[in-house]
Amino acid sequence: MKAYLGRRYRFSASHRLHVDGFSDERNREVFGKCNNPFGHGHNYWLEVVLSGTVDPTTGMLCNLVEIDEFAHQRLIAKFDHQNLNTLPEFDALVPSTENLAIVIWEILKGFTAAKVEKIRIEETPNNSFEYSGE
Amino acid sequence: MVQLTRKAEFSASHFYWVDSWSPEENQRVFGKCANRNGHGHNYTLEVTVQGKVDPVTGFVVDLKQLKDILEKEVVGVYDHRHLNHEVPEFRTMQPTSENIAIAVWRRLEGKIPGADLVKVRVYEMEDLYADYMGEA
Repeated sequence: MKAYLGRRYRFSASHRLHVDGFSDERNREVFGKCNNPFGHGHNYWLEVVLSGTVDPTTGMLCNLVEIDEFAHQRLIAKFDHQNLNTLPEFDALVPSTENLAIVIWEILKGFTAAKVEKIRIEETPNNSFEYSGE
Repeated sequence: MVQLTRKAEFSASHFYWVDSWSPEENQRVFGKCANRNGHGHNYTLEVTVQGKVDPVTGFVVDLKQLKDILEKEVVGVYDHRHLNHEVPEFRTMQPTSENIAIAVWRRLEGKIPGADLVKVRVYEMEDLYADYMGEA
């Protein structure tokens, strides 16, 4: 029996959307208040959707401890209470939530206990972004 | 075709335990969920059905009828119960969110007039859910 498991994690981080190659006016025009010079923060929700066959003995498609440990060690510890612009992944990449989703997807390729089907990041209760490796 | 999702809630207790394993092995795999006294959750169930919109009523499915089916087939059986001890399907399978989603699917399949079951989602907590879509 194939089932899907969704697990949500919370982290808080700041970012500034800015392209060095744009003029100040162009940055302002494209990114609006997200270009304010000192950045701003969000409480992000990350939702990781896994899929797999439900083990007939344990009733689990993946032990939650494994995805929780991976998420806390490899994702939450990396992003929580950080300025995303200062992380090496965003040296040459705008830390938009679309790009953050792609960066997180790449890290989740290291998770092998179940297939990662999709991730979803809520930047605010009104904005969410999904990525499934396409 | 339009999809429609109805929510229902139930509160129940459960624990995870495999009889043929040692207590140490149960503890290692299931952690605090292996406490045989059980523990509880407020579950939220989301049932998604799909069908054609009736040109007269504008309904995919009669919501009152769907609510009654969820109540009779699932909520009435699971709510304020100990899943391991009081719900027959969990005598032979662990009452994990994954298996609850599968069990709810089996309880509802073919019982919703005029609409097909598309997805059963079971939230154990707001940060954890399992989906089952009838796949083998």
